[in-house]
Amino acid sequence: MDFFLNRYRSLTALLLAILAQLALLSYQIKSNHEVRLIRVWAVTAITPVARLLEGGRGSTVHFFEDYFWLLGVRQQNRQLQSDLDRIKMENQYLRAQLDTADRGRELAIFQAGSPSKTVAARIIGNTNGVGNNVVIIDRGAASGLQNGMAVITPNGIAGKVIDVYPTASYVRLITDPSFAAGVVSQQHHVHGTLRGQGSSTPSVEYIQNEDPVDPGEWFYTSGDDLIFPKGLPVGTVSAVRNGKARKEVALTPSGLVNGLEVVLIVVDGVHQDIPPVAPSGQSVHLQPPASGEPDGPIDTSSNASGPLTTDADRMIDQYRRLGEAQKHVFGERGAGAPNFNAPVPDVISPKDQPSDGKSGHGP
Amino acid sequence: MSDFSSRGLPTGFVDPSRQSRIPKAERITRSQVAALAGISLAAILFQVYVPRFLTFLAYLELPLLVTVYFSLMRRSPVTGILLGASIGLMQDALTPHQPLGMFGIVKTLVGFFAASFSQRFDLENSAVRLILSCFFFFFHQFFYWVLDRALLGETLSFAPGQTIVLAVLNAVVAVPLFRVLDRLHLG
Repeated sequence: MDFFLNRYRSLTALLLAILAQLALLSYQIKSNHEVRLIRVWAVTAITPVARLLEGGRGSTVHFFEDYFWLLGVRQQNRQLQSDLDRIKMENQYLRAQLDTADRGRELAIFQAGSPSKTVAARIIGNTNGVGNNVVIIDRGAASGLQNGMAVITPNGIAGKVIDVYPTASYVRLITDPSFAAGVVSQQHHVHGTLRGQGSSTPSVEYIQNEDPVDPGEWFYTSGDDLIFPKGLPVGTVSAVRNGKARKEVALTPSGLVNGLEVVLIVVDGVHQDIPPVAPSGQSVHLQPPASGEPDGPIDTSSNASGPLTTDADRMIDQYRRLGEAQKHVFGERGAGAPNFNAPVPDVISPKDQPSDGKSGHGP
Repeated sequence: MSDFSSRGLPTGFVDPSRQSRIPKAERITRSQVAALAGISLAAILFQVYVPRFLTFLAYLELPLLVTVYFSLMRRSPVTGILLGASIGLMQDALTPHQPLGMFGIVKTLVGFFAASFSQRFDLENSAVRLILSCFFFFFHQFFYWVLDRALLGETLSFAPGQTIVLAVLNAVVAVPLFRVLDRLHLG
């Protein structure tokens, strides 16, 4: 027996193992009972390790989930920041548009009320050069512009046309060192010559030391230069002192006070008297738009077709009707200007008013 | 026997007389037993735990591969039987609604035959390991199916084609796994 067990030890072990497990199986199947003890041992052996593994896995997964979640937050924050920047820029743009619309309306009112014939133009660029204050406007010979025409804003003079091209012109601003214009003071009627200094404050030259000039005094165009019609505001005296031979007068120009976007070119100037009192604020009060009226920018060059509520509206409507009566299309190249002194045709009902907006600039 | 030296045998076969002179089973230490038990437990744990999250690894029969490896490398049928029975019973115990002994009997047989085959092959050869792993996986699945039908009267289906594919996949994993286990010097 010992010999047999030693000789066939492996086979014996195999048989024993198989038989034992078969017996175990038979017991379970016959009695329909589980051998709970072995299962308990197995589960008890596995559970702590599995718990450790699960804890480690959970922590790792949570760490990475949180980490990538935070990455997502960072990216989302970046996106939101980008959106905010974009919206800020849009807001800024819309504010600028609104400001432009206000200025356009202000310009239209001034333009309609001014006795001089003017053409509205938009500044489309600057020229390069140190101290060189020359800008480019989007009106040229096609709009009736010529060299030497005065350029003004509702607040005062801005410069003069120095080069005219078919569709654009160069305008030398009053701050340019080469600019000169005849001016006269409001209170003492002292004549002088406005000179640009390359900075924001031009000076008034050729005023004798004996001539009285007070700080804060207004200067107006004198009309002596045959460029600017008499009576246009130029600016106020910011500083004055006696020089060797003549006074040194620094002026704060009123025409550039709100920046330049849209200007008026005086195509047919009319001299005016110097007003006895200083202009009480150059800005024009604008009522909010009526309900139902679109709150958008108003194109100063387009024909208004709404109800005529102000003098400016009536003036624009009058010029428009003059243009229609004379078959004149405003802004058309080479069309020149209509006869503004012709009798105004009858009122056209609002329904019949054309609103094609072909006119390039308002009268 | 000396005429049938290793020179006269095909590649992968060694002289059984030389192999029998290495009684590794007698030289097993306590640390090796602990490591063996730990690795077996880890393999079972892998089988139980990992497919929960990585379902594509469910095809991997890691306890079987461990059984095959240790049975092959120990070259002791008794060790193979004991290891196979232990791992199989543990696997049974962790499989709900499965009577204890199904995996136990199958893995006992795998352990025995793997240990018996080990005396006739050069087990350092990866190709031999690949073929043996493939073979024992197929044997394991087939014999389990036979036992399931014979003892439990279950109508478990057996797809030879699919089983062969799974056997190849397991064998492909077995080769690098055996290399890693080689470095632990537990064989």
